[in-house]
Amino acid sequence: MTAIVKNLQPRPPASSNLISFQGVDLELAGRPILEGIDLAIRPGEFLCVVGPSGCGKTSLLRLIAGLFLPTRGQVHYDGKLVTGPSRELAIVFQDYGKALLPWRTVAGNVSLALEAMHVPRSERANRIASLLAKVGLTHHAEKFPNQLSGGMQQRLQIARCLAQEPKVLLMDEPFGALDAITRQTLQDELLRIVADSGATAFFVTHDLEEAIYLGDRVIAMKANPGRVTETFEVDLPRPRDQLSTPELPEFLRLRRALFDFIKDAEA
Amino acid sequence: MTRKWRGAVVPVTLLVLAEIYCFATNLESDSLARPSDIAVAAVQALLDGEILRSTAQTLWAAAAGLGIGFTIGLSVGVLLGLFAIFNDLMEFSIEAFRPIPSVALIPVAMLLLGFGYGMEISIVAFATTWPILILTRAAISGIEPRLIEVARALRFGLFARIWKIVLPAALPRIFVALRLAIGVALVVAVTVEISSNPLGLGYAMMSAQQSLHPDLMFALLFWTGLVGWAVNAGLLQLQRRFFGPAAAVEVLP
Repeated sequence: MTAIVKNLQPRPPASSNLISFQGVDLELAGRPILEGIDLAIRPGEFLCVVGPSGCGKTSLLRLIAGLFLPTRGQVHYDGKLVTGPSRELAIVFQDYGKALLPWRTVAGNVSLALEAMHVPRSERANRIASLLAKVGLTHHAEKFPNQLSGGMQQRLQIARCLAQEPKVLLMDEPFGALDAITRQTLQDELLRIVADSGATAFFVTHDLEEAIYLGDRVIAMKANPGRVTETFEVDLPRPRDQLSTPELPEFLRLRRALFDFIKDAEA
Repeated sequence: MTRKWRGAVVPVTLLVLAEIYCFATNLESDSLARPSDIAVAAVQALLDGEILRSTAQTLWAAAAGLGIGFTIGLSVGVLLGLFAIFNDLMEFSIEAFRPIPSVALIPVAMLLLGFGYGMEISIVAFATTWPILILTRAAISGIEPRLIEVARALRFGLFARIWKIVLPAALPRIFVALRLAIGVALVVAVTVEISSNPLGLGYAMMSAQQSLHPDLMFALLFWTGLVGWAVNAGLLQLQRRFFGPAAAVEVLP
């Protein structure tokens, strides 16, 4: 809903930003990781982050998640200073195999988030069933994660995140380890889920085409120290289509611009 | 099926050879006994209940000591594994106390607690605390950091984090620690009984030896071995039962 409405309306004023970085520096063990980050993310926006490895994409995500705190500057979420993790923001990790509990079934893994949300036991079964239906895992509820393919494990992790009913989905190269076909299917499912829930998405990837295909906006980072150097507005119609969207002239223009940027950043 | 019995060939042959040797040399000894005499002594001791009473005493002391050692070792191990500060505080003390051989505590325990269950249980508790503590700590610091992050992101409290994530993740390795500690508990309990405490299988063995009954002594020795084997077999069964599904999962189609 929100995604469609957003495309029809002009960009909301700056005061309505959901997430904002103000002059953020991050150092880990004395090493500068991120420097001078100023960034605003609008509610309902799908923001993709690209950049060479080691440019601090994941650190940026972890600052929003509250898993890292800035060395200098501030990160605000929904007008409040970020001081730690919040259940309103769900994290989809790249290494789905490590983020799932191997001793719990598919249903049990989804249940974990519901338990964290203090959902009463009697309501959990229904919620789990509808979440698993949403990601196409209905018939695998009683399996253990190691009985699932990589794509199914990542679907499960997404289901667990959706169980949090998050306002923001933070995704760290979630499809990076999947084969091309599975990745395309999951990209479309993700777009549908995000559109349905109206959630804001922060999506880290190293795949430029993926970033353009998914995003409303792509920010590009450079390394040493990590900083945001360019922003690309993605003015492509939604819903997007795996076949026709990448053939649009605007897609090709963005692809070339990002490609040139990355080549330059990695030089 | 026949393969299962191959393992019996060596011990049975040895027993038969020992019996033949004793028969041929017409053995009369205060330190050795014929296998057949040992078997007779074992049956007698089983019938008059002596072996079972001693076994119950040893197992009770070992189990009670292990229970205390396991509880202390597990809780301290969890704290040490979760919080670096506890680890820094305790590291020196642990490394200072751990190398003390548990049997070296017998004189101290005897002085403080006298003979009986109290001293045996406390020595077993001391001996079993360390393997549980060290292995629990290692199991917890070996937990996939991503799982801890998942727990943080979901904002679980300390108790829920331990109960839902930390303990289940560390459980297979904690169970291995438990099996190890059970072995230690039995060894230490019997050692305490042999060296000083008038209880259990160890003491029964010492009395048989001192009253010049090598047949009973060997009967008790074999029985003690049997008890240790049975306990371990039972634990393996439990391990298969509780951690079996996770392991069996991979062979399913």
